[in-house]
Amino acid sequence: MKHTIQALVENKFGVLARVASLFSARGYNISSLAVGETQDPSMSCMTIVVNAEDERMLQQIKNQLQKLIDVITVIDFTHKKYIDRELILCKIERVEENKNVITKLIKQFPVKVIEETDEYFLLEICADTQQIKEILKEVKKIEIKELVRAGKIAIGK
Amino acid sequence: MNGAKILIESLTKEGVEVIFGYPGGSVIPFFDALYDSPIRFILTRHEQAAAHAADGYARSTGKVGVCLATSGPGATNLVTGIATANMDSVPIVAITGQVKTTLIGNDAFQEADLTGITRSITKHNYLVKDVKDLAYTVKEAFYLANTGRPGPILIDLPVDVQMQDIDFIYPEKVEIRSYHPDMFGHPAQIKKAVKLINESNRPVILAGGGVVISGANKELLEFAEKINVPVAITFMGLGGFPSTNHLSLDMPGMHGTGYANLAITESDLLISVGCRFDDRITGKLEGFAPKAKIIHVDIDPTSISKNIKVDVDLIGDAKNVLGQLNEEIEVSKLLDLSEWHKKIEGWKSKHPLGYKMEESGKTKPQYIVEEIYKQTEGKALIATEVGQNQMWAAQFYKFDYPRNFISSGGLGTMGYGFPAAIGAKIANPEKQVILIAGDGSIQMNIQELATLSTYDIDIKIIILNNHCLGMVRQWQELFYDRRYSGTPLKNPDFVQVAKGYGIKGIKVKKISEVKKAIKEILSYNGPVMADFQIEEEENVFPMVPAGEAINRMIGGMA
Repeated sequence: MKHTIQALVENKFGVLARVASLFSARGYNISSLAVGETQDPSMSCMTIVVNAEDERMLQQIKNQLQKLIDVITVIDFTHKKYIDRELILCKIERVEENKNVITKLIKQFPVKVIEETDEYFLLEICADTQQIKEILKEVKKIEIKELVRAGKIAIGK
Repeated sequence: MNGAKILIESLTKEGVEVIFGYPGGSVIPFFDALYDSPIRFILTRHEQAAAHAADGYARSTGKVGVCLATSGPGATNLVTGIATANMDSVPIVAITGQVKTTLIGNDAFQEADLTGITRSITKHNYLVKDVKDLAYTVKEAFYLANTGRPGPILIDLPVDVQMQDIDFIYPEKVEIRSYHPDMFGHPAQIKKAVKLINESNRPVILAGGGVVISGANKELLEFAEKINVPVAITFMGLGGFPSTNHLSLDMPGMHGTGYANLAITESDLLISVGCRFDDRITGKLEGFAPKAKIIHVDIDPTSISKNIKVDVDLIGDAKNVLGQLNEEIEVSKLLDLSEWHKKIEGWKSKHPLGYKMEESGKTKPQYIVEEIYKQTEGKALIATEVGQNQMWAAQFYKFDYPRNFISSGGLGTMGYGFPAAIGAKIANPEKQVILIAGDGSIQMNIQELATLSTYDIDIKIIILNNHCLGMVRQWQELFYDRRYSGTPLKNPDFVQVAKGYGIKGIKVKKISEVKKAIKEILSYNGPVMADFQIEEEENVFPMVPAGEAINRMIGGMA
């Protein structure tokens, strides 16, 4: 099962490597990871989506993270209310039939066309995990030229 | 003051008396500063030995051990020693030279990414890129090494930082916002644990290395005697509870005693103190203490429910938590355990540790260890290598005092024992220090005979020589149809080797010579390397085959 956890970490070089090597050394599976500075420039926030087989493994992952000296706190969103967002940038070929699909998408979902060229439409999709899933299902019906996706970020309510 | 001097001054402030190490291009400024310092320097003949010696120093004292090597190959040679210390929670600070800050990342001469390499085998590590961070880094490193669950810390120090000048100010204290180990058990959890203890008919205490590390041996003895519960002492815990105490079950696990393993299997409550349930202790997880509730005292939350599901966790320092339990326990509320003790006595008499020896046959290694135990009255500091020699030492030397048994448990590092014994002897010059080694493992750091002879370090080396890599040979005999692949050894003449280094060497061939030889070795003033020719096919029994439940023992069980 996928769990969203968040680690506040010291904003020092090597911290990402410490977290990443912890996960690889212990065989934990990261499905997404997003890192960025917080309001306090001495701290970064990592939002990590992990696959944990059971409660014990999830607890172990949290404890192992907390054990790293550069990790300040660990928050588990599994039983908490939170808001999350994922960001996708996606190029779609500029042909007539795609235009119709995109117009439909924009009406229904938080999708924006942020650039148009002779060759493509550039879409920006910013939504929560559930919605992203639905949007991608629609988008994948047409031909995608290029798609990039950022890790999920989350904030507690 | 330059960085090298600041490092020396900082180490002095931390009370460092001795550094084990080896020079090289990236640490020449350090060695120049060391020249005027009162800190003692022990030159080992290989950096790996410096790391193990720092580890032996730390295990035998509880103080932080320090080792130092140059960048690149010097530093990578420390890696096995750092990993060994990490597995057994030993506080060492390893200092490595690094290429100039301006060259880092350029594949410079003798460059290796040591913080990268040691990330997963240190408690924490640092690359100091600016001399202004150096003093604080040393302070923090020593603090981290020896608080909470101890462990190795690496400081990687570029050569140009060693030459930069700045005023020396040593910080008064350390403040790490992310690091606050729990020292006392939660009162509500203590109450829960006491309730389980009060309801138990067949309790067993499992005492691990944490007892030794936290210095909880007195509290553990009080606890065990107060609740009148037998104590299985893990390999890492040996010395944490007196083996000769009537409540001792000796060592459990793969080569543990039948009575310890049977008691754990039949128990209805297992009180684990400072033990992380290593697979060599538990065997097959489903078969480990299947009827028992588990109370787990540990300072490291990651140890809780990692391998074994725990019913009551008590996060804290073993000494403090046992103190709390001792206060909370009311003897009048405990159940009568006489049936349980009777059962255990039965197992003890039915499955004693033992071995068979014929006077006309070859010498049994167990007999040699027993004889050393008798002649030293159990008071020597015993270091071991890894393999059969280690298990025979653990089984047949009865450890009554903490920090008297120095051996690589978690990582199982051959070549550890000899340099670790050197570190232990440097730290405890008044103690009789004996290394029990195999003919394979002694050769993994045999160059340290030069260190013995240079500093006249009085260690007695007992080689249990069976002309093979015995533990692997044992597995091959039992599980691989006696196909002795890669295990027979053609050894040098150890007496001549010792002699070459200017050390007394002796060879003992017959059973009848053993007693006298040990007496001679122990009373000799100075280091000795003794080659005891032993029964080549002797096995370590009892033995739980890997992956089996711990009550499925072979050998030594009727």
